[in-house]
Amino acid sequence: MPRVSFTRNLQRHVACPPCTVDGWTVRECLDAAFDLYPLARGYVLDEHGVLRQHMAIFVDGEPVGDRRTLGDVVSEQAEIFVMQALSGG
Amino acid sequence: MSDQLLVSTRKGLFSARRTGRGVWDLDSVAFLGDNVSLAMADPRDGAWYAALDHGHFGAKLHRSRDRGATWTEIGVPAYPTPPEGHVEKDFLGREIPWRLIRFWALTPGLASQPGLLWAGTIPGGLFWSEDHGDTWQLVEPLWHMPERRKWAGGGAEAPGLHSICVDPRDGNRVAVAISSGGVWITEDRGRTWTAHTKGMRADYAPPELVEAPESQDPHHMVQCPGAPDAYWIQHHNGIFRSTDGAMTWTEITGVKPSVFGFPVVVHPKDPDTAWFVPALKDERRIPAEGRVVVNRTRDGGRTFETLHRGLPQAWAYDLVYRHALDLDASGERLAFGSTTGSVWISENGGDDWLTLAEHLPPVHAVLFV
Repeated sequence: MPRVSFTRNLQRHVACPPCTVDGWTVRECLDAAFDLYPLARGYVLDEHGVLRQHMAIFVDGEPVGDRRTLGDVVSEQAEIFVMQALSGG
Repeated sequence: MSDQLLVSTRKGLFSARRTGRGVWDLDSVAFLGDNVSLAMADPRDGAWYAALDHGHFGAKLHRSRDRGATWTEIGVPAYPTPPEGHVEKDFLGREIPWRLIRFWALTPGLASQPGLLWAGTIPGGLFWSEDHGDTWQLVEPLWHMPERRKWAGGGAEAPGLHSICVDPRDGNRVAVAISSGGVWITEDRGRTWTAHTKGMRADYAPPELVEAPESQDPHHMVQCPGAPDAYWIQHHNGIFRSTDGAMTWTEITGVKPSVFGFPVVVHPKDPDTAWFVPALKDERRIPAEGRVVVNRTRDGGRTFETLHRGLPQAWAYDLVYRHALDLDASGERLAFGSTTGSVWISENGGDDWLTLAEHLPPVHAVLFV
């Protein structure tokens, strides 16, 4: 099953330890994770379900291609990592 | 009189308490490290609210029912999904997103409206909650009003609704002010809205738009609780006053050292008494001559006293934002905080000031509780 991990910076606001979920796409996996941690949803997605501008999602080390619908297909062993889009120094 | 002050800063919500005559001390901080846009204390049930702007993680709202001992995250306003393919731009061509960027005003309803809260936001949406902030609804008639498309961001990236005045005689009459977008009033709790900017002018606008409602940039608007037909506005263009329920506005001119600034507070009972923190206008936005001062009028703006005892009078460049000046319910105690982390308190209407802090994070708002 895919595993979803959230940046530790988010843990300061919402407890959301890594979890394994059912899902074929990034969206499905995130929705399943947000079922476990409802408060985390608004920290990662805006009110339209769109990934916040300064957030990023990596699947097996690669940034997701579809930031809007999060429709990238994931493997059964996928490692999904949700983090802040840090740049620069 | 209030013996406690909340200071909303870029890095936390600080509390200060009065420990003796003329003695105030910082005593606690909540949300340390987080950007606190503003706080609100609901006089009806004693609840406190803190609006946070997490940047990456978005805007959040927290409520405390034990005066800050514990906080609970509650709901936030949600903008509607725009029509497919809809890209909205202000009149300068900049995109206005349909999503919550920041809380910029939180105001309780009247005692007869328990649980009712109003929230002003960037990019300009007004919301209400009927359940103490657990859930929020957009005031759609204002958001979908064609004139709203003419609002524009001033100092912020998008228009911001920063002032909400609920008429103490009639909770269905609500006046709001927008930077930059004028003053709009509803008499029917949000169903219909009309512009109320007659008498204002915006010298910075193109000549044909100088008096247009949407050109007006009220930086802050207040209503006198004891004389609700009296409003004051610190406008980008100067100081304006209304004595007829915001039907007309009169410009106050000749104010020294500057008629520019952001905040204004009005005495709770005396509509002729108001305080301002002047700054040099536009690109500079610093105190004149490096002197931090407060202007007070006690005669409806005919004359002003420039108050400075206890405030730095050289090499000081503190800018005070629109929510960073407050007056307690007695009308005697004032406080203001600056972008450079200083906070000053007066216990005698501004005649004398004491320094509460000089090294806090940038101050967004202060609030007596």
